[in-house]
Amino acid sequence: MITNIQKYSIHDGEGIRTTIFFKGCPLKCSWCHNPETQSFETEFFHYDQRCVGCGKCGGKYYEDCVNNAWEICGREITAKELCNEVQKDQAFYETSGGGVTLSGGEVLAQDISFIVGLLQNLKIRGIEVNIDTCGYVDFSRFEAVLPYTKSFLYDLKLMDADKHKKYTGVDNNLILENLKKLSENKASIWVRIPVIGGVNDTNKNMVETAEFIKSNDINPEHIHLLPYHNTGCSKYQQLGKKYDGSFTTPSKEKLEEYRRIFESHGLTNIYIGG
Amino acid sequence: MEERGMNTRIQKLRKSSLEAVASIDMERAKYFTETYKKYEGSVSIPELRAMALKNYFSKKTLYIGEGELIVGEKGCKPQAAPTFPDLCCHTVDDLHVMNDRELISFKVADEDYSFQENEIIPYWENRSIRQIILKHMTPEWKKVYEAGIFTEFMEQRGPGHTVGSENIYNKGFLEYKSDIEKTLENLDYINDMEALEKEHQLKAMMIACDAIIILATRYADYAQKLAAEENDEKRKKELIAIAENCRVVPANKPKNYWQAIQMYWFCHLGVTSELNPWDAYSPGRLDQHLIRFYDNDISEGILTRDEAKELLECLWVKFNNQPAPPKVGITLKESSTYTDFANINTGGITPEGKDGVNDVSYLILECMDEMKLLQPSSNVQISKKTPQTFLKKACEISRKGWGQPAFYNTEAIVQELLNAGKTIADARKGGTSGCVETGAFGNEAYILTGYFNIPKIFELTLFDGYDNMSKQQLGPHTGKAEDFKSYGELWDAFTKQIDYFLDLKIRGNLVIEKIYATQMPVPFLSILTNDCIGRGKDYNAGGARYNTSYIQGVGIGTITDCLAAIKYNVFDQKKFNMSELLDALKANFEGYEKIYNLVSNKTPKYGNDDDYADDIMKSVFTMYRDKVTGRKNIRGGEFRINMLPTTCHVYFGDVMIASANGRLAHKPVSEGISPEKGADVNGPTAVVKSCSKMDHLSTGGTLLNQKFTPSVVAGEEGLAQMANLIRTYFNLDGHHIQFNVIDRETLIKAQQNPEEYKDLIVRVAGYSDHFRNLSKALQDEIIERTEQSFA
Repeated sequence: MITNIQKYSIHDGEGIRTTIFFKGCPLKCSWCHNPETQSFETEFFHYDQRCVGCGKCGGKYYEDCVNNAWEICGREITAKELCNEVQKDQAFYETSGGGVTLSGGEVLAQDISFIVGLLQNLKIRGIEVNIDTCGYVDFSRFEAVLPYTKSFLYDLKLMDADKHKKYTGVDNNLILENLKKLSENKASIWVRIPVIGGVNDTNKNMVETAEFIKSNDINPEHIHLLPYHNTGCSKYQQLGKKYDGSFTTPSKEKLEEYRRIFESHGLTNIYIGG
Repeated sequence: MEERGMNTRIQKLRKSSLEAVASIDMERAKYFTETYKKYEGSVSIPELRAMALKNYFSKKTLYIGEGELIVGEKGCKPQAAPTFPDLCCHTVDDLHVMNDRELISFKVADEDYSFQENEIIPYWENRSIRQIILKHMTPEWKKVYEAGIFTEFMEQRGPGHTVGSENIYNKGFLEYKSDIEKTLENLDYINDMEALEKEHQLKAMMIACDAIIILATRYADYAQKLAAEENDEKRKKELIAIAENCRVVPANKPKNYWQAIQMYWFCHLGVTSELNPWDAYSPGRLDQHLIRFYDNDISEGILTRDEAKELLECLWVKFNNQPAPPKVGITLKESSTYTDFANINTGGITPEGKDGVNDVSYLILECMDEMKLLQPSSNVQISKKTPQTFLKKACEISRKGWGQPAFYNTEAIVQELLNAGKTIADARKGGTSGCVETGAFGNEAYILTGYFNIPKIFELTLFDGYDNMSKQQLGPHTGKAEDFKSYGELWDAFTKQIDYFLDLKIRGNLVIEKIYATQMPVPFLSILTNDCIGRGKDYNAGGARYNTSYIQGVGIGTITDCLAAIKYNVFDQKKFNMSELLDALKANFEGYEKIYNLVSNKTPKYGNDDDYADDIMKSVFTMYRDKVTGRKNIRGGEFRINMLPTTCHVYFGDVMIASANGRLAHKPVSEGISPEKGADVNGPTAVVKSCSKMDHLSTGGTLLNQKFTPSVVAGEEGLAQMANLIRTYFNLDGHHIQFNVIDRETLIKAQQNPEEYKDLIVRVAGYSDHFRNLSKALQDEIIERTEQSFA
């Protein structure tokens, strides 16, 4: 199940890309800016600004709402349809060195034979694919997609195991182990660190992350520091979920400081932002 | 005001150009009328026209501004606009409107009102071409014209366009005179039944050559006089050089870079003073023309790069000094721009087909960026051979947000010209002018004749030819839409309506072309346009090597979405029936919210790379193109189409009731080939893909607007992908793309507080304009254009 196909996506890898957002994720990060991709089930958006309060819907999804205040979030799609859709922008991928990014949610938590089939079809057409992952899946799933994947955009959120559990709902051990194995398999890796004010924006966390990367001989092609933004907050409201508004966006100075931490560990290609 | 320009001289010139108050200048009217009164009836019409121009250039007030290096004004001073009563004559009321209104005003001196009333109006009110045209139009034509089915370009301005070619720099007017003499000597009065007409035309061209040489000689004398009075040694030298330049050009061909630019400017003044053709006159491929002078002067050590740029910036000021000629009547009230659409092409390919980007190309980009002026409109031609550096440099300027440069696809232009029968040599020297119109520069009279309101004709189709807006039967009876059993029946009725209105339009066009050919020749423009001299024929009578007439299709996005809405909801899904829809349209959807929601939000729409809608777009486009292309004009050429609206989509929407795609009554229809506002929800690549399904190469130009929020094109990555988006569109044979990079909030603020946003410039159609000068409807339209932004 997917929630969105985002074309002209220019911050999820090289060139002009199409990003597919799959629905469902094993993590429940409390700052998530795509909360509609957490649940594996269909959900519904309610747009308060379109609603005139006529009451006909009784507060539930109502297809015939004349003001279009309700929208379904999540739709089943076949691998063939998906392949056809992303193929439409092939001319842009070829000019720009772009391709497709599978994101989510967690793409590797989906039906893996569906994903592998899709990847095979795209590979035949010469469309390069990046996988954006939280890393929290059985490694066999990585092995299944490895031959067809150009780069893995791999999130490293928190090195502190307790904090990781607190903010994402799961332990980080599997994530770290998978990253090591992926690196041993010579995969191309872009490490992505969402920098969330109040959660992981500490020198300690950055130093530990850098040390982990260095000590395990992981050679990421890029490291991206992605500053937290609150553009997802309206989606919480639309889904009827509560939004924890306590997170803050780190300052430019802080981000520069973190960049230097990574550089001081001998790491290169550190970027701020996508 | 922001100080712009490379040095103090340019900053001062630019400032005075922007601060000068636009005014009406009666001198042209005065001297043209003087000649007409004296000689009308006793000499041939072409000679009469040339004599009038010569009289004007012999007597008009001269102007050399402080610090100017390029000289010559159309009127008596910067921002002074001559009038053209020979074409359309202002009433005294018109003068009051233009003097009194707040925006786009022209100051009228007290004595000009009475002069117009006592001298100009009595002579011209029944002689002006506009009056003659209106006399010859049928009642059906007038009814349909007033209902907004189509517009007519030639009732207020002369036929255009033509753009300057390398001719301007290769020959002086003395040499043209000897060419003309040779043709005169060889006229065959025994076998050529048109010999006498040719004699008149050629003699008129001789007089027009004298006219421009006289103007330049007067400027030379004036500059010399100023030099003698000048105390500042540096300026004195400049004035002496200006005098020397004006003695060389335009009588002779230019010897250096400075003279080459001055030569162009004299030609510009000649063309735009003789008549007021669409869209002024343009230097066209300026970088290709100037490069040999630039290279030569640099190697001889008589020019530096900075001096070369300074002269270009002086030329930019000259363009900006010339407001578009003020219109008359309703058109005057509705017109909202000073821009006269002169357009400069940079880049592209050489006549040999090699990459055309050269040192002057980069100078022009810098000049464009530094000057930030509405005029001239500047664009870049991007070919497969264009270096990425050049494209990215152009993108860097474009993403600053004020709409210049626009981007054109060289390979598409060449192919369009080849498809229209031009030689490869002429095609490679071609480009675009006006907004996006493709032409064989210097060789072609490509005349735009008017906009064609395709969505309105579909609206009439739904009501059996009856117009709910003007409450009258306008089209033929093609059947009640409620009775149509299939989409095919609806389509057939639609094409019959198109046939009817197209015939009306073309009938009008042919009559008007004939009136211009016989009564409004342009001998000066004819000298500069191949092959008018050789043929002894006027530009307006088929003298040019190529002669094309265009009818500009408007509203392809709206009409596509209307047809899709009906096909999908009425015939395929049966969500509602036709009579419910017609009731909804008549009620402007009030009380029909369910239908409104379905057609607005739950129907496939053009601009999303969805073949359901895009196939409909293709069928409308192909039908329209095939009905127009190939029909004969009176100048020996053919009709063709292009797809651009300038600002006409606002007017065309205003004369319409609600449409089947959810567009409400009076709201603008879609512009250019862009999707209907808000219909494209899949981002710019989907828009580009949808638009590229149209066969651009069989048109004379298409216009695609994209609005980006600044964050989308920010940074190296944003810039690189903007360039890649353009490259891909052009690989897919797209003709043109332009960008507004500005966020919605800024535009809304600017609408609310115009005084605080005086300098805000936005892309409108194929040109940019001050946001505060646009009508409210047009401002709203730009605000509502779909904004491409991404999380």
